[in-house]
Amino acid sequence: MAAFIAKRLLATIPVMLVVALIIFLLLFLTPGDPAIVIAGDHATTDDIARIREQLGLNQPFYLRFLMWLGQLARGDLGVSIFSNMPVSQLILQRAEPTLSLALTTMLIAIPTAIFLGVVGAAKARTWVDRGVMLFAVIGFSMPIFVLGYCLIYLFAIELDLVPVQGFASIRQGIGPFLRSMILPALTLSVIYIALLARITRTSMLEVMHEDYIRTARAKGVGEIKILIFHGLRNAAVPIVTIIGISTALLISGSVVVESVYNLPGVGRLLIDAIAKRDYPVIQGVVLAFSFLYVFVNLLVDIAYAFLDPRIRY
Amino acid sequence: MRAESNIMAAEIVGVDVLEGDKRRHGFWHLALRSPPIVLGGLMLLIVLFVAIAAPLAFTTDPLALNTSARLRPISAEAWFGTDMFGRDMYSRIIYGCRTSLFVGTSVAVLAVCIGLLIGLLAGYLRVLDAVVMRVMDGLMAIPGILLAIAMVALSGASFTTVIFAITVPEIPRVVRLVRSIVLTVREEPYVESAIAAGTRLPGILWRHVLPNTIAPLIVMASYLCSSAILVESLLSFLGAGLPAEIPSWGNMIAEGRTYFQIYPRMVFLPGLFLALTVLGINILGDGMRDVLDPRISRTM
Repeated sequence: MAAFIAKRLLATIPVMLVVALIIFLLLFLTPGDPAIVIAGDHATTDDIARIREQLGLNQPFYLRFLMWLGQLARGDLGVSIFSNMPVSQLILQRAEPTLSLALTTMLIAIPTAIFLGVVGAAKARTWVDRGVMLFAVIGFSMPIFVLGYCLIYLFAIELDLVPVQGFASIRQGIGPFLRSMILPALTLSVIYIALLARITRTSMLEVMHEDYIRTARAKGVGEIKILIFHGLRNAAVPIVTIIGISTALLISGSVVVESVYNLPGVGRLLIDAIAKRDYPVIQGVVLAFSFLYVFVNLLVDIAYAFLDPRIRY
Repeated sequence: MRAESNIMAAEIVGVDVLEGDKRRHGFWHLALRSPPIVLGGLMLLIVLFVAIAAPLAFTTDPLALNTSARLRPISAEAWFGTDMFGRDMYSRIIYGCRTSLFVGTSVAVLAVCIGLLIGLLAGYLRVLDAVVMRVMDGLMAIPGILLAIAMVALSGASFTTVIFAITVPEIPRVVRLVRSIVLTVREEPYVESAIAAGTRLPGILWRHVLPNTIAPLIVMASYLCSSAILVESLLSFLGAGLPAEIPSWGNMIAEGRTYFQIYPRMVFLPGLFLALTVLGINILGDGMRDVLDPRISRTM
């Protein structure tokens, strides 16, 4: 197992290098002068020169890339143009709300989605199944910020059950934390549930046609036991794959949700950086999120080996 | 137990019927009998019609400022009220159909064309394949909206930038799809005999490989279109999208959010149009997938 994990770990290094190269190349491949765009309309020549210097645009790009990789390896994501703070420090300061949001969302979404998907597959082609599928299509088409405002309108303004916006840390107590987190997490959950329920249903339907399901039924195993231990256990690999892949959805979604609900997370940092044209921060956040995404998918890869003992690379 | 096997039987027969049908009647016959295609297609046609006929749909200039008529409620003059610059919300939302469809179609066409080209070449040229697929893996590891935000932040907000920024992260998905089709098709006997008969590579790609990619690419294009419309509105909402004066649903929601607690319509009206348009295209896409690829639809 250790050798397997080490091998998967090594395999992520080239992917991370390509990610770093792509993000780095953006600066050099962009038509026009990014320094002028970043400096904004009222910039002086000095401002533009300073930004060009800071982004390393006047150095040959291979030299700059190697230096930048060296910095990355030490965890240095650059310095904010606006606040002169290290980007990595800015991200760490903002990590808590984002992580809270992501984890709460997963806690709500994964069990709900798997439940809906399994029920949909068990009741295939009945109105229950059609209802689940309808929810999946609508949930997948619903723009996340529109949904967010609908929930705010209903639960925070009309019914006045929860605060409209803002974040309470879990250290301030579980009650305030949940009250501040429930709407954002629900908003982010919907698209996640829609996607995951659909995949769960599909892979369950495939598995339920297998011979061992028929054997289990012939042995007289209860239907619910068959669904969970024979069906879901074998449908787990595609489901876990989608959980890994939809981390990207969770990441992009958290940026939007943090904007709608004014949560002081990493997404909010990114949005503020867009408004201030603080490119080092934008670049740092994109890189950090991409690496996180690669890392989560590495975990998923490793989880395969536990879920399905046949898988060995 | 019996119900289960009946379903299985119906599915197998269903597929056969479907494929027989397709031979006899073709795509359009099946399409018109598929409720999702009719419903989704109708929704899309309405949006398309509204987009084309926007100047005739009792609209006024969507860019015209009128500081004396700021934040007016819904009335006979301003059907959806006015925004904080006194612009007519109804006209802006109707013109927003144009913006969304333009972005959606451009991204779908661009991503399919570029992805098709790269995918065909990568699938056929082993040397290229390794390099191209590593780049695609890298691109796919960056969450699409974040990559788009970085690109727009670097090159400034404009139609071209936004369309390009939404297209680039979508390309790997098309490339992977095309490449996987190429890898399957190139082992088919008819391709082998074409090679034996001396057909050159461009001929094989054009005559034998390309036709196999059309049906899956049509389905993918519909999803690309709806996802591009969503991403454009998200980017505009986050302030990394189209310039603020352009009537885009995302821009309108971004402007309306400040006034949301007093005038929820400023967020909900553009949001409703956005959600229905995306829903229509997704329903159409699901329906087309069922008709064009019965193998997948049996389980999906």
